[in-house]
Amino acid sequence: MTTLTLAKGITAGLRRAMEADPKVLVMGEDVGRLGGVFRVTEGLQKDFGEDRVIDTPLAESGIVGTAVGLALRGYRPVVEIQFDGFVYPAFDQITSQVAKMHNRSAGTAKLPMVIRIPCGGGIGAVEHHSESNEAYFLHSAGLRVVACSNAEDSYWMIQQAIELDDPVIFFEPKRRYHDRMDVDDGAAAAPRGLYDAVVARPGGHVTVACYGPMVKTCLAAADAAAEEGKELEVIDLRGLNPLDIGVLGASVEKTGRLVVVHEASRFMGFGAEIAAQVQERLFYHLEAPVLRVAGYSIPYPMSKLEEHHLPDLDRVLDSVDRALSF
Amino acid sequence: MTDSVHQAFGGDYSGVDHHESVVGTPHLPHDGGPETIRFIDKDGNRIRNEVNLPYDPTVDAMTDEDAQDLYRDMVLIRRLDKEGTALQRQGQLGLWPGLLGQEAAQIGIGRAMAPQDYAFPGYREHGVAYCRGVDPLAVFGMYRGTTLGGWDPNAHNFHLYTIVIGNQALHAVGYAMGVQRDGDVGTGDPERDAAVVAFFGDGATAQGDINEAFVFAAVNQCPIVFFCQNNQWAISEPNETHTLIPLYQRARGFGFPGVRVDGNDVVAVYAVAKAALEHARSGQGPFLIEAYTYRMGAHTTSDDPTKYRDSAEVELWRLRDPIERVKTHLLWRGNTPPEFFDEVDQEANELAKRIRAAVQDMPDPSVSEMFDHVYAQEHPGLAEEKAWQAAYEASFAGSDDAEGGPR
Repeated sequence: MTTLTLAKGITAGLRRAMEADPKVLVMGEDVGRLGGVFRVTEGLQKDFGEDRVIDTPLAESGIVGTAVGLALRGYRPVVEIQFDGFVYPAFDQITSQVAKMHNRSAGTAKLPMVIRIPCGGGIGAVEHHSESNEAYFLHSAGLRVVACSNAEDSYWMIQQAIELDDPVIFFEPKRRYHDRMDVDDGAAAAPRGLYDAVVARPGGHVTVACYGPMVKTCLAAADAAAEEGKELEVIDLRGLNPLDIGVLGASVEKTGRLVVVHEASRFMGFGAEIAAQVQERLFYHLEAPVLRVAGYSIPYPMSKLEEHHLPDLDRVLDSVDRALSF
Repeated sequence: MTDSVHQAFGGDYSGVDHHESVVGTPHLPHDGGPETIRFIDKDGNRIRNEVNLPYDPTVDAMTDEDAQDLYRDMVLIRRLDKEGTALQRQGQLGLWPGLLGQEAAQIGIGRAMAPQDYAFPGYREHGVAYCRGVDPLAVFGMYRGTTLGGWDPNAHNFHLYTIVIGNQALHAVGYAMGVQRDGDVGTGDPERDAAVVAFFGDGATAQGDINEAFVFAAVNQCPIVFFCQNNQWAISEPNETHTLIPLYQRARGFGFPGVRVDGNDVVAVYAVAKAALEHARSGQGPFLIEAYTYRMGAHTTSDDPTKYRDSAEVELWRLRDPIERVKTHLLWRGNTPPEFFDEVDQEANELAKRIRAAVQDMPDPSVSEMFDHVYAQEHPGLAEEKAWQAAYEASFAGSDDAEGGPR
């Protein structure tokens, strides 16, 4: 057992993957000498060299596009996008090329690459540093999209993502980077699959589905609700595409009530897809409409207002109460 | 690499620059200007001058058979291309981007490449595909809509066509970075050292991806040749929409050599490509070739070039036809019998006939194929959609519609 922060869980996972497979590369802006602006790749260039931990020019399309070429040559690049809001210059490469390459090659060209994106707000940052843009990538078939919420997951999920032969968008909740947890980093294998949703806290009254930074918020909400005798079952989805509808569905069958929580804007956010799937599959199990707690449908606000924008404990509990009122 | 080539490229890393910049010149010279490397003049004569000097040994070493082979390749690929346009007109293909006029540029570099080199094409590189051994039917299948790709890239070291303008240049650079990490550059082993070629057009030079590819290739000193076919027209937009300087001069600003070659002179393209590929393979970094040519036909079968360019211009370039040029050269060399040309024409017609029949008989893909390769590994959500679709289609089994019988 080692106590790791979520950020250092990724560092340790990257290190283990790089030790296991010489084809694994890390590339991005400032990932080498500096160790990344969040220090996630700290120490890797020193130990694995400049050919495997590559400080790239400041050009996101170039980073992702060259990673595609490296993957075609048999490498397994792990790309770091410095901040969520900086991924858009690479959006063309990701959606036009990364997502489609395997399909259009009829399986002859594989792209085993991971694109890491520190995501979400709550850190008092300037514009473009606090976005939750998972919906764009969830809508692009051919990509797999996952979100970690704690150090154990960050440690294992990054390794599982690297092992996959499909491209993975890997979301890291930057405001949880420094949260600590004991991680069994000596274990031979991951405790669960990359996309397996987990019941982060069991409860019988209302299911709360969340991922990434909102898991901690929802667990805190569950603590508060418990004091009032309301049992929330918090589901950490982990895999967004594919979505583990089995674990989520079993929970909703039990509670009959679902609240979906994410930082991303409500309109066309992932909560809409979850709500649609749950009502299609479990209409007669539902005691209440599926409710969404999400960021407002606005550009991410100035940081002095972000606490009004981001879902928090009170907003989660407000929707829980509404779900229970039916 | 020969000493003379090394002097030309190695002495000044920032590039071969025979002439001063023409910044501000509103119209570029229509023959590519005096800086253009050209070996065969319009009468088929071998040109010897100072600009050509580094490439003379390659051209001097070419035999009559070498020149005949290049001629044959160009005739065959032109005939295939003509068939592509005809098949589209007959409704057999959805679209066809013609290469008429660009045969010398494509065959010249296609034949200069070694087996271990790797090409990243745009969507018009039918001549290069042919040189890399890609079945022409695979290319036609893509434009018929039976496939999104058509061939195994690694079987030919020829990547899939890329339609989003410029995307492929970054893939090529990344691939070249992989070649470097594999140690397959600068070893001196002619069967090991590899170069990567990124193909794109004049319009693509405006794209960010091309410019980022130049940056990444330069700072990494990648074994890559950027091969720009400047065919003068990006659909309806002329060169002047994209550049105020000759495109080959862009290389200098990025820190690697660039040259302009007469893209309608297959001997010149072949010789320059040989040198550029060797430059890359030997570890001297990137190289830009601007093949100055002309798109004789429409952008694609959906285009109407009479809307935006003069017939006089097209006529001017018809006089510079790349196949006529090499044919005239073969006659100038004097060792090619007249029946050779007839035999090649006959071979081309037979090839076209075979391809035409095969395209017309090409079966539609099975419906399940649209699901089969979206992911390399299992995806439960998609598997569910695929099963749903199959069940939905099966629900019509036995109906008149499904049987196609009388109603």
